[in-house]
Amino acid sequence: MLSIKNLHVKLEEEDKQILKGVDLEVEAGRVHAIMGPNGSGKSTLSYVLSGRDGYEVTDGTATLEGADLLEMEAEERAAAGLFLAFQYPVEIPGVGNMTFLRTALNAQRKARGEDEISAGDFLKLVREKAKALKIDADMLKRPVNVGFSGGEKKRNEILQMAMLEPKMCILDETDSGLDVDAMKLVADGVNALRDAGRAFLVITHYQRLLDHIQPDVVHIMADGRIVKTGGPELALEVEQNGYADILGETA
Amino acid sequence: MAVAQAKQDLTEARLAGLEMPAGAGWATEARQGALARLRAMGLPGRRDEYWRYTDPTSLTAAAAPRAALFDPGDEPPLYDGIDRLKIVFVDGVFDPAQSDDLSAEGLEVERLSDAMAKDIHWARDLYGVLEARGQVPVARPLAALNTAFATDGVAIRATGKVSRPVSLIYLHRAETSDAILHHVVRVEEGADLTILENGPAAARFNKCMEISVADRGAFHHVRAQGRDHERRAVTHMFARLGAESLYKSFTLTANGVLTRNEHVVELTGDDAVAHVAGAAMGDGKRGAFHHDDTVFVTHDAVNCESRQVFKKVLRNGAQGVFQGKILVKPGAQKTDGYQISQALLLDEDSSFQAKPELEIYADDVSCSHGSTTGAIDETALFYLRARGVPKDVATDLLVLAFIDEAIQEIEDTRLADDIRLRLQQWLERRRQG
Repeated sequence: MLSIKNLHVKLEEEDKQILKGVDLEVEAGRVHAIMGPNGSGKSTLSYVLSGRDGYEVTDGTATLEGADLLEMEAEERAAAGLFLAFQYPVEIPGVGNMTFLRTALNAQRKARGEDEISAGDFLKLVREKAKALKIDADMLKRPVNVGFSGGEKKRNEILQMAMLEPKMCILDETDSGLDVDAMKLVADGVNALRDAGRAFLVITHYQRLLDHIQPDVVHIMADGRIVKTGGPELALEVEQNGYADILGETA
Repeated sequence: MAVAQAKQDLTEARLAGLEMPAGAGWATEARQGALARLRAMGLPGRRDEYWRYTDPTSLTAAAAPRAALFDPGDEPPLYDGIDRLKIVFVDGVFDPAQSDDLSAEGLEVERLSDAMAKDIHWARDLYGVLEARGQVPVARPLAALNTAFATDGVAIRATGKVSRPVSLIYLHRAETSDAILHHVVRVEEGADLTILENGPAAARFNKCMEISVADRGAFHHVRAQGRDHERRAVTHMFARLGAESLYKSFTLTANGVLTRNEHVVELTGDDAVAHVAGAAMGDGKRGAFHHDDTVFVTHDAVNCESRQVFKKVLRNGAQGVFQGKILVKPGAQKTDGYQISQALLLDEDSSFQAKPELEIYADDVSCSHGSTTGAIDETALFYLRARGVPKDVATDLLVLAFIDEAIQEIEDTRLADDIRLRLQQWLERRRQG
């Protein structure tokens, strides 16, 4: 599904190398987790993959089902099936949540050469998906993320994911700012989307999210590289011993 | 102070091509008075402080610069689904054939020339009267010129709650038309009137509206200035508000080489409310775009509220100007005055100049003003794009969101939604080239 080879990335505005050769293969149907200390490059990886400005790829490749992601605009990547659940979902005053969802869904369908969804079908779909995430009608009517609590923002991200049905979902620290109940709700939303045709890359500091979204593979990232890969037990090791032990091992 | 020779020459050159329409004694007196005012002020030039950011040359020139006609294609007329009383002007001339019968419950409408032919008419107390009041402390010579030489217009008097809006439709059919229209509006005590205006009107358009709202009356105004790229317009709204009255005006402007919209509002009765709003969307790609909102609100009574909300979206070298003033006279205690002007610049070639002013002579008031100029929010843009919305569509979504605060000033939600829909369609058309 997602294939990253020797990815090197630096900040456009300053001469600072962030990613120093990331290699990663995420297969369809699988959940991969990336853990690592602050500043290891986890969020940069998610931004570079989704097409945010401000980064320069100096070497390496990233493909989604064989298509070169790095050559695409952000919206083309989304239409190709890539989704980033933001660590800090953006507030957009004046744009209604429903309008936003419908515009995004139809834009993606159009880009793929599909028909736009009818207003009736859209409404039915969004109500059904919102209900599972305990998102009420008021939240759907309000401007995108404006006045939403931390938990509401994250639930709104998962709602977008459920509506857009991407193939490759990247969750960037989706657990940050969530209490236990909210985390459970978000995790249930993600688990409901797991299927053989879809892959996940879950970026997190802590093991606790992985109690709810059980990964198949866990990677440890440090200083712009993936330094260790293992099974779910690797996450437990981090939880018990911290990163220092593992990083000491690999140094 | 004597008017400088150059200014006198400019004024006389313009006057040479104008003829004062005939009318009853009071009408001629009003027009002669305006002409005298105009001569005493002279037409505006680039050196006038009030025209510092807008070049009036094409508005004062003897002849109207040519303006190509705009083809709206299959676009439905604005306010299409709204039941309204239509009054149509073609290049500034009333067209009875395209207009509705000028009668409705609670409403008297007459063509200006008919009103002016009568020796006794209510319009006498308004025509040129509010305009003359509005010449102090800042001169507005183009409004005086309008009063002196207006060739057409309507006198509208609302005596009760008027259920249908009065819709003034201006059609542009001749490439060099030079129209001067003057309307007078009187909203009687407790009456409620909505006036809609739309259309590019003419190659050059000078329009004046004088509005008197009596105690507890309400006046709503929604205007859409047409999309002709090459047209020029200068408009004045002079309003005088009685106690507990309401005045709400919204203007949407898209395209146009030059637009100067002046608003002069005087709150003369206690507890009156005046909201003046505008949204302008300019693209310098197809010729120039220069848009100027000049607003002067005077508080001369206790416990009144005024609000100015102006938004401009500018691209490809488009220019925006806002000059807004709140004057609180001595004794106008408990005044609540608010003013905001904001510009969204979509590129580095476009510019916005704002001159917000407060002048306060009362000590128990709350007045605030703000002005911002900014680019599109890149974070929001990326968020939208990351969800699959193409950059141009995402930009337009953010543009609509930016403008919406001004549209929210329209009280009638049907009208507000109509304006929103129209903006969306225009942006869509623009995207499709």
